[in-house]
Amino acid sequence: MKLLTHNMLTSNIIKGVTKGFPLKIVPVQVEIKDVDYNPAFVVRTLSKVDWPALHQAAVETGFGDGLPETLGENFQQDEELLKKIHNALLQVEVIQGELVCPESGRKFPITNGIPNMLLQEHEVGQ
Amino acid sequence: MAASGRPEHQAPPEIFYNETEASKYTSNSRMIEIQQKLTERALELLALPEDVPCYILDIGCGSGLSGEVLTDNDHTWVGIDISPSMLDVAVEREVEGDLLLGDMGNGLPFRPGTFDGVVSISALQWLCNADKKCHSPVKRMLVFFRTLYAVMGRGARAIFQLYPENGAQLELLTQQAMKAGFTGGLVIDYPNSTKAKKIFLCLFCGGPSQVLPQGLGTEESNTNVAQMSGRRERFRKSVKSSRDWVIEKKERRRRQGKETKPDTQYTGRKRRGHHF
Repeated sequence: MKLLTHNMLTSNIIKGVTKGFPLKIVPVQVEIKDVDYNPAFVVRTLSKVDWPALHQAAVETGFGDGLPETLGENFQQDEELLKKIHNALLQVEVIQGELVCPESGRKFPITNGIPNMLLQEHEVGQ
Repeated sequence: MAASGRPEHQAPPEIFYNETEASKYTSNSRMIEIQQKLTERALELLALPEDVPCYILDIGCGSGLSGEVLTDNDHTWVGIDISPSMLDVAVEREVEGDLLLGDMGNGLPFRPGTFDGVVSISALQWLCNADKKCHSPVKRMLVFFRTLYAVMGRGARAIFQLYPENGAQLELLTQQAMKAGFTGGLVIDYPNSTKAKKIFLCLFCGGPSQVLPQGLGTEESNTNVAQMSGRRERFRKSVKSSRDWVIEKKERRRRQGKETKPDTQYTGRKRRGHHF
């Protein structure tokens, strides 16, 4: 699982959970996979990304070095920073570990890079 | 889909798509080609802005065959599937998209407005089944469509290619989608052919009103409209192997989406005898 995907994931499908974001990452195995650097894509994607959640996820997986807590206005010109964001967003992959719902504490295991988001019937909301 | 009958009748998806079935999706070139063609058509119906890489959700992504088409078109995608074996094959094939193990009937676990478009190839009919005692298909459909509506951006489209068992299933699915707030409807390619016929449920998520695209091979089949005419004309078949008969037959093939040579001055012309 890439951190970009993590940034979009919530656990609000569980009954009683309203926001369910961001999910806490408990990493066991993290890998770096090479992805082509595309600054235009990174900048456009950042408009959808929740920055505090990405920062937290990067710190949790051990790749938070050099990422500021808040994103300044001129980040588009900062090549160094964009490369670090590219690394955190697209290259860091959680292979084994757990995602934890911030409200209910429900754990979603990650195996082989795939988070298991299956729910028990009694947990389904709506 | 396996050639022998409906997989939905055999077992729940997470059990039916076991390792043997999953391996077919990498070794069987016919299956691969069908999946790719369907995805290309779905992508066309999705009508994304040109040359802009988008963020797409693939529901029932399986081994990632449909995802590869998305990658080829420079889109980033996330796939969700209920079968661990199929997802393992996707990991083995090193697909570009990220994968999730999940059940669409549980709802989609994403932030609001995440996706620019949604595709789903041959998966939605599974939602019509109650595979566990506690499953209620109607409720699962509504949960699915409500969360789907939430995770899509405004004006985005969701295209589902599906194999419904009967009209009732199709009606129920459409009804639940409308209940969740979607507009749109069905696009049917080659409706006159049993084999080439493909059904797409196209859903629009808010935004300015959108026109439903036309199905392929439907250009001149206004058979639903009753034609009123003063004189009653009896339908009569043309004499076999006459020029009219040949042209009618070619027309029928075209409606079924089959390859047909164009009509020319030579069409249905009598061959001359060989006199020496």
